[in-house]
Amino acid sequence: MFSNILIYFVVIPLVMLAGLALCRNIQQIRAVAVTGSLALTGLSIWLLCDYLHLRALGAEAPMLYTGSWSWFGPLNINLSVGVDGISIAMLILSSIILLTGSFASWKIEPHTKDFFLWLILLSTGVFGFFISIDLFTMFMFYEVALIPMYLLIGVWGSGNKTYSAMKLTLMLMGGSAFLMLGLIGLYYHSAPAGEPLTWDLLEIAKYSDNIDLHWQYLLFCLTFVGFGVLGAMFPFHTWSPDGHASAPTAVSMLHAGVLMKLGGYGCFRVAIYLMPQAANDLAWIFLILTGISVVYGAFSACVQTDLKYINAYSSVSHCGLVLFAILMLNTTAMTGAIMQMLSHGLMTALFFALIGMIYGRTHTRDIREMGGLMQIMPYLAVCYVIAGMASLGLPGLSGFVAEMTIFVGSFEHADFFHRFFTILACCSIVITAVYILRVVGKLLFGPVYDEHHLQLTDATWWERTSTATLIICVAAIGCFPNFFADLIKFTFSPQIFAVIGMN
Amino acid sequence: MNTVIWYIIPALIMFCCGVYGFITRKNMIAMLISLELMLNAVDINFVVFNRYLFPEQMEGMFFTLFAIAIAAAETALAIAIIINVYRSVKNVDVSGLTKMKF
Amino acid sequence: MDFVLPLLILAIPLGMFLFLGLLGMKMSPKLAGVLGTLGLGTVLVLAYITAFTYYFSGDPAFINAEGVRQQLIVFNVDWLAFTQNLVIRLGFLLDPISAMMLIVITTVSFMVHLYSLGYMHGEKGFQRYYAFLSLFSFSMLGLVVATNIFQMYIFWELVGASSYLLIGFYYTKPSAVSASKKAFIVTRFADLGFLIGILILSFYTDTFNFIDMTSNPGGVLASTGGATFMGASVLTWALVLIFIGGMGKSAMMPLHIWLPDAMEGPTPVSALIHAATMVVAGVYLVARMFPVYLVEPHALEFVLIVGAITALYAAAVACTQVDIKRVLAFSTISQIAFMMVALGVARPDIHEALGYMASMFHLFTHAMFKALLFMCAGALIHAVHSNDFTAMGGLRKYMPITHITFLVGCLAISGIPPFSGFFSKDEILVAVYEYSTFWGIWMTLVAGVTAFYMFRIYYRIFWWNEPHYHHRPHDCDWTMSFPLIFLAAVSIVAGFIPFGKFVTWQGHEYIIHMNWGIAGISVAVACIGIFFAWHVYRKESDLPDKMADSVHWLWEAAYHRFYWDELYLFVTHKIIFNGICRPIAWFDRHVVDGTMNGMAYVTQKASYAIRGLQSGKVQMYVWIYLIGVMLLGAITAICWM
Repeated sequence: MFSNILIYFVVIPLVMLAGLALCRNIQQIRAVAVTGSLALTGLSIWLLCDYLHLRALGAEAPMLYTGSWSWFGPLNINLSVGVDGISIAMLILSSIILLTGSFASWKIEPHTKDFFLWLILLSTGVFGFFISIDLFTMFMFYEVALIPMYLLIGVWGSGNKTYSAMKLTLMLMGGSAFLMLGLIGLYYHSAPAGEPLTWDLLEIAKYSDNIDLHWQYLLFCLTFVGFGVLGAMFPFHTWSPDGHASAPTAVSMLHAGVLMKLGGYGCFRVAIYLMPQAANDLAWIFLILTGISVVYGAFSACVQTDLKYINAYSSVSHCGLVLFAILMLNTTAMTGAIMQMLSHGLMTALFFALIGMIYGRTHTRDIREMGGLMQIMPYLAVCYVIAGMASLGLPGLSGFVAEMTIFVGSFEHADFFHRFFTILACCSIVITAVYILRVVGKLLFGPVYDEHHLQLTDATWWERTSTATLIICVAAIGCFPNFFADLIKFTFSPQIFAVIGMN
Repeated sequence: MNTVIWYIIPALIMFCCGVYGFITRKNMIAMLISLELMLNAVDINFVVFNRYLFPEQMEGMFFTLFAIAIAAAETALAIAIIINVYRSVKNVDVSGLTKMKF
Repeated sequence: MDFVLPLLILAIPLGMFLFLGLLGMKMSPKLAGVLGTLGLGTVLVLAYITAFTYYFSGDPAFINAEGVRQQLIVFNVDWLAFTQNLVIRLGFLLDPISAMMLIVITTVSFMVHLYSLGYMHGEKGFQRYYAFLSLFSFSMLGLVVATNIFQMYIFWELVGASSYLLIGFYYTKPSAVSASKKAFIVTRFADLGFLIGILILSFYTDTFNFIDMTSNPGGVLASTGGATFMGASVLTWALVLIFIGGMGKSAMMPLHIWLPDAMEGPTPVSALIHAATMVVAGVYLVARMFPVYLVEPHALEFVLIVGAITALYAAAVACTQVDIKRVLAFSTISQIAFMMVALGVARPDIHEALGYMASMFHLFTHAMFKALLFMCAGALIHAVHSNDFTAMGGLRKYMPITHITFLVGCLAISGIPPFSGFFSKDEILVAVYEYSTFWGIWMTLVAGVTAFYMFRIYYRIFWWNEPHYHHRPHDCDWTMSFPLIFLAAVSIVAGFIPFGKFVTWQGHEYIIHMNWGIAGISVAVACIGIFFAWHVYRKESDLPDKMADSVHWLWEAAYHRFYWDELYLFVTHKIIFNGICRPIAWFDRHVVDGTMNGMAYVTQKASYAIRGLQSGKVQMYVWIYLIGVMLLGAITAICWM
């Protein structure tokens, strides 16, 4: 079991948990958190290289590094792991955000140890989710990732934190309920009558054409809505603004950066991969919803005054674009969707890190009470401008390539319905520019609003490390998109061909 | 066989008295007494049916003995609780004991 | 051609941007400025070598045996592959117009770099300024050498961003911040059109490459298969949408509102970005796609009408402004509109698409004299510390160099021979008259108004009566004067360049013939304008006020730019902000979120309502138990019977 490299994505966080439990002081805690997340980052990058190497040698299987160990025989539950390019991209994203998140919460108070314990537990769930290919294990890790969120927001949050924590947890749990029904339904339709049932994604995928169509419709809706709640799909997005606004910095980063991606990833890996026929037939319903998300989130962001609310609504808009692109059911748009996940994960983490740092100094997040920060904290301000530029899709940064791939892919559909929604989604790039520049103009430029702010200091070294890492990643995707596009595109071509074959 | 009825009717009366007492009385001691009445009514039934249905076996008798022993223990426990309750609230009226609710 | 030189042309400014951007704060401002200028000087030399090699070497790769100039892709690297054929490549396309643009951009940019050494001296953020200038030069060079339409879009966005950063250079000034924001958002809105246009076009043609499209425009039309949308063909839609992108960047009405405000940026930036290079990107875009536009003349009609209306509008507004930079901004809009009109009337059957050549010619000369005028304005602002000409007057005695060079610029833009503007504008007017007399007269009128407003500010600044100056105004040092003199020299002689030899729409050589009839009319009209300005503004009098009063309403409306800004404010604030954004935010908080909270509320209330059942009263439980038992018994009994 331990010869499989993927297991270490779960083992390392568990070791970190044990290590944290033994820590006596804050230095040790930081050491454990940073070492562990560095190890995870290194592991994921090594995995990427090895994966590309294997593919170059001609590995054709849809998933590599597969392994399966029985967990509960009577119900055929296994711990099955395996990755393709998309999962690897997600693993890299998660580890980078965990690393930068650890740096961003360098000075978290109080109960530092408990904070990191929950944070690492959360990331255990995240990593476990991305490596599993067994629906049950996947769901279990998904829940592991959700629950710590309640405590992290409820204890270390700010503002109306109990309300937000409760709301977030309940809404996500509501989503999980749909999801669980959907997954169990899938299990019972995973094999022909008389054959042993299975939770294994790859096995179900092989059989998926034979699932009764009415069941497919029902299960598709259940799983898509279940994951869609986490992906902030309209109208199930309202946990996002409150949750993000109350969460502490690192949690906002992980949540917006990685957890919301679980939604998109799940929609792709479960709902569409396993039920292509239903996806093809029912995509229009969800296209309408996600199309609304894209524009609606952007418009809402235009009038918010709290920095985190602005970002949360912008996340609704950007994550809406992810689901929107997935539903286009063609290779280009789906590549764009995955790139948008990566891009949004990185840049929104950058945003939340910066907001946390600004809030830590000014003790307010209301843009009406701040101004002229460029003169006071130039480093953070410049980073904010870069993040903003990434968000509004400046070429050379990650947002542009992702959005363009999505739009070009979406435009491959020639009918009026798809065209209409594609153009609607395109409009969001203008609205994004409006709200980003509004914030940048009010917050960073202009005269200094509050005299007291003049005493504030610029970023410390750990803050610089955190933001610089994220900016480098954002720029790397933006400057060398073909590398990422190929990584993603190659791996899911076979599946998508199956979907397109339906059309 | 008809003689059984002369044992069962008093037991039934005892049981109904017990139920009636348990429901209507507000005093915990009185409720406890009613509970004992019901138990004893059941005990009588055990013995009677044992005697008439399976004269050569003793399970009913032993069951009764067990029930008596457990009832004694239970009474002791209940009395202890009642005394403690009385000590803290100077009252053994059940309708007044709502402090630990909700 | 070797790819090293072209690659360096792009790499040096980019490298300089990264270098100055990351390390600028560690070095002295002077060093940063000198490094930036030297970097661009190198690019200038490389670009000249490249362009001259292209035009003059006679290499068969550049010009074939029949004397037709060729389009050559020097290098082309895959950047992002969407599908098999739809691939964004970053490359370097060398053809007559891109080589010409290389010269224009590097010349003006180098002059601006040099000029800024003096003009921006002592400003906070000097290093940042040079970093942004390098970024802009990189983006603009990348734009003109784009081999495919998506590469152009990429650099199109990048020039927009660098323009945003440079307009907002004085970021502590709220007016600069809002101007930069406005510029970005308005052009972004236009870019949306551009993007959708690209998507439509690439959907049908399955390519982004310019050469694939322009070498076979008939194929482009055929690929749409006669599809129509709302009465117009799909290709018309695509081309009009692409042109909307150009309208945004080139400040055509009604998307012009950002350009006057963009004058909040430092004056050299206005000279570089908002006069000579970035704002002509729209013209360049149409020129680049010109063969495709030709197969869909409706789109060209649209270009013509937008251009003609904008030209007159901007000229009218320029007559009434008092801020000299704004006058120049509106004059820029008007002149770019001239170029658009020239493209709009270009047809192969009219003197081998003379309009195309004329448009490029005017682009070239305009870049030179408009950059010159802006730099002169910068020198004036530097001297009197005000943008308004009301604070100026009689400056010819104090600032002779500025005076002479400004006069050269004014003569050039007014189209007085032998200055460069005369030649290029004359070509445009010839092309327009050949196409339609109505538009010809229209554009001649605009040319006359141009002469009036330019000489209006000329006389007002350099003649008129002298106000009291706190400091004696004087000419600037050599870093600022040299660019003025150089550009003035170019503006004088550029008209004699046989432009038709170098730039025509298909690369054939075209011999320019002066049409003296039209030239005579336009010069006469320009002289009338100049005479009128001389009469009114030569010395201090109440004539300007009388003139304004005589056409009071028109003057007021023009002074307020025909209320376009107010209209936009109304639309954005009242309709979009208060009419869409706020209701949506309210809807989100109160309806969508309210539903979720409502569900929680109902659940909570329901639990409160039923918690009475869990009373904890044993006696009640027993009662309920008994009733239950009896009911069950009764049911059993009934069922039994």
